Amino acid sequence: MAEEKRSRPPRQKKERIPRQEMPVRPPEERIQDFNEVALGFTEELALTEAKRCLQCPKHPCMEGCPVSVDIPGFIHLITEGDYIGAAQKIKETNLLPAVCGRVCPQEEQCEQVCVVGKIDQPVAIGRLERFVADYEREKGAVGIPQIAPATGKKVAVVGSGPAGITVAYELLQAGHEVTIYEALHKLGGVLVYGIPEFRLPKAIVAAEIDTIKHMGAEIKLDMLIGKTRTIDQLMEEDGFDAVFIGTGAGLPMFLNLPGENLNGISSANEFLTRVNLMKAYRDDYDTPVKVGKKVSVIGAGNVAMDAARSAKRVGGEDTEVSIVYRRARDQMPARAEEIHHAEEEGIIFNLLNNPIRFIGDDKHNVIQMECIKMELGEPDDSGRRRPVAIKGSEHIIDTDTVIVALGTTPRKFIAQTTPDLKTSKWGTFLVDEETGETTKKGVFAGGDIVTGSATVIKAMGAGRVAAKSIKEYLAG
Amino acid sequence: MFKITKKKVLAPKITRFSVEAPEVARSRKPGQFVVIRAEETSERVPLTIVDSDPDKGTIDLIIQDAGYSTHCISCLEVGDSLQDVLGPLGQPTHMEKFGTVVCVGGGVGTAVLFPIAKGLKEAGNYVITINGARNKELVILEDELRQVSDELIITTDDGSYGIKGFGTTVLQKLIDEGRKIDFVVAIGPTIMMKMVAEVTRPYKIPTIASLNAMMIDGTGMCGGCRVTVGDEVKFACVDGPEFDAHLVDFDEQIAKHHYYDHEQACQMEKIIAEAEQERS
Repeated sequence: MAEEKRSRPPRQKKERIPRQEMPVRPPEERIQDFNEVALGFTEELALTEAKRCLQCPKHPCMEGCPVSVDIPGFIHLITEGDYIGAAQKIKETNLLPAVCGRVCPQEEQCEQVCVVGKIDQPVAIGRLERFVADYEREKGAVGIPQIAPATGKKVAVVGSGPAGITVAYELLQAGHEVTIYEALHKLGGVLVYGIPEFRLPKAIVAAEIDTIKHMGAEIKLDMLIGKTRTIDQLMEEDGFDAVFIGTGAGLPMFLNLPGENLNGISSANEFLTRVNLMKAYRDDYDTPVKVGKKVSVIGAGNVAMDAARSAKRVGGEDTEVSIVYRRARDQMPARAEEIHHAEEEGIIFNLLNNPIRFIGDDKHNVIQMECIKMELGEPDDSGRRRPVAIKGSEHIIDTDTVIVALGTTPRKFIAQTTPDLKTSKWGTFLVDEETGETTKKGVFAGGDIVTGSATVIKAMGAGRVAAKSIKEYLAG
Repeated sequence: MFKITKKKVLAPKITRFSVEAPEVARSRKPGQFVVIRAEETSERVPLTIVDSDPDKGTIDLIIQDAGYSTHCISCLEVGDSLQDVLGPLGQPTHMEKFGTVVCVGGGVGTAVLFPIAKGLKEAGNYVITINGARNKELVILEDELRQVSDELIITTDDGSYGIKGFGTTVLQKLIDEGRKIDFVVAIGPTIMMKMVAEVTRPYKIPTIASLNAMMIDGTGMCGGCRVTVGDEVKFACVDGPEFDAHLVDFDEQIAKHHYYDHEQACQMEKIIAEAEQERS
């Protein structure tokens, strides 16, 4: 026996496949235009990467996904070369894989808990998701899922961002009639007005959202619920059996500093809406956008990175763009990938620095900003070390364009016109976390309107929760 | 799509449209506005709702051809459609019986003034309207305003019609004559509203102005319409468009209006070039 054991060939160590890198356009080329920065996996890269998945029985990745995509399932289909099948597998729980494959923070979700990641780099789940979704679309193979027999129930979905779209998708599949109300002239919410073309092409967003039109959703654009119609009117006069509110957090926060109303100072929402929704960077669109030679973006979240990188593209090579942030590098809330891309594109990081006032010229245009240097003190409520101003470190920075990217809060149209809907002191809707049910019967809510500004995928997760409760509510 | 059912040129470069927008027609109140977009590539433009016909499902808009976008809209004809009409936006005018109210309108601001004057009249006020224009040709809505006003005074800068001078001159005269004025509404060019506010300030006559702020979405998202009112910053689109004229920083508003002058001029060159190309 002992001999036999010795004679067994030594266990071949399976050669470990490294995580595949996704091709990206070089910075000097990509800052010339608004075309997409990341190019996506080739078929070969996708196949190689898919083989890295262990198909482990516990699949913690699925727990890490707010919409519970069958990750091992779709990756397995990739290894079999069934890319369209893989895309359809994802779409069982997620209508927007091409979007999520691009903008989800996978590193804090599915990829963070990936078992491969314990000994090596995790499987590039997001890149694989993007690959199959793009493959399906480019091959013209996008279909619509099976739809249950009509129930005769009507649901109004208010807001067409990630939360609302997800709810609509789930309810349409269940055979309910869905009408989507959108205040802007395009569907998609933050996906169309907020996230720039070079990170999320709008044609791709439109293609994914089109599915719900093909599934029979009625679309009402230019309808601001709370102004054009109220929630009560929808329920009492228009005959909706339930309402989902996914109106997001649209109200931009400002610094409330002297001089903040000078010309040349805008919210990131304004700047990005001009560029993304109104396509101000294109000559054939009429909306103007102005970027000077020294741009300061205040804040360091994903929106700040989007604004900074957009400003660089609009302004051109001789435009200097800085991120001005009161905390240090490690505390920047943006995804590491976004920070990396911004750095590659020449965005300057002016950290531990905080504006205290803005200075204008005789035409009321901003020309300078006074800042104070900061240092890190004791941890605050968020667990991050609190930035403390360094006495006497005030200094003047020249700047002709300031973009304030400090986050957003919910708008009040619906709360003001629907007295039985209770909100928190921050204006977010109070809901039952398990069900998404608001304080008003038959009215559900999810996404940023409940949580304050968060991520696309969290809003979609909330949408799934609410859709499930709405289905139960309508059945009950 | 929102179909244009009527078009009338009221004065050179000032056009009145009726547009099918049944939901807006049903829900709008005086003082509110819409944001329109003529076509896919157009800017979003805020315009006050002048009047509405809930039965026909139409709203009336008055537009002054003052730049590229407003020029393009002014060129639309009956049967054409606007790509988008969103509204009603903003807070309605607070209507109550104040007593004697003076409504001062300047230029195309008169279009905004009309529904407010009408509402104030319906609320039981004695309405004195001062309708100012640069010259006789540019006087608009005279008949409509006469119907909703107890007194209508027309002024022109050049004296070609009505009283020569500005609305503020007439307002000052009314005050000097000892007329008891309980409330003043000023709507017109920003500089005019600023002057009206200065006339009424010493007498502490409550005065509101309707701001024509720059905005994109009109729903509180962009913050482009920020206005300093006293020591607060407000959004004209959701908090306004009307504010206490004694507290508004009008100089800031005037400066904001000039921020995109260069871009506007470039667009106008585009129109001229296109027109010349058509001619040749």
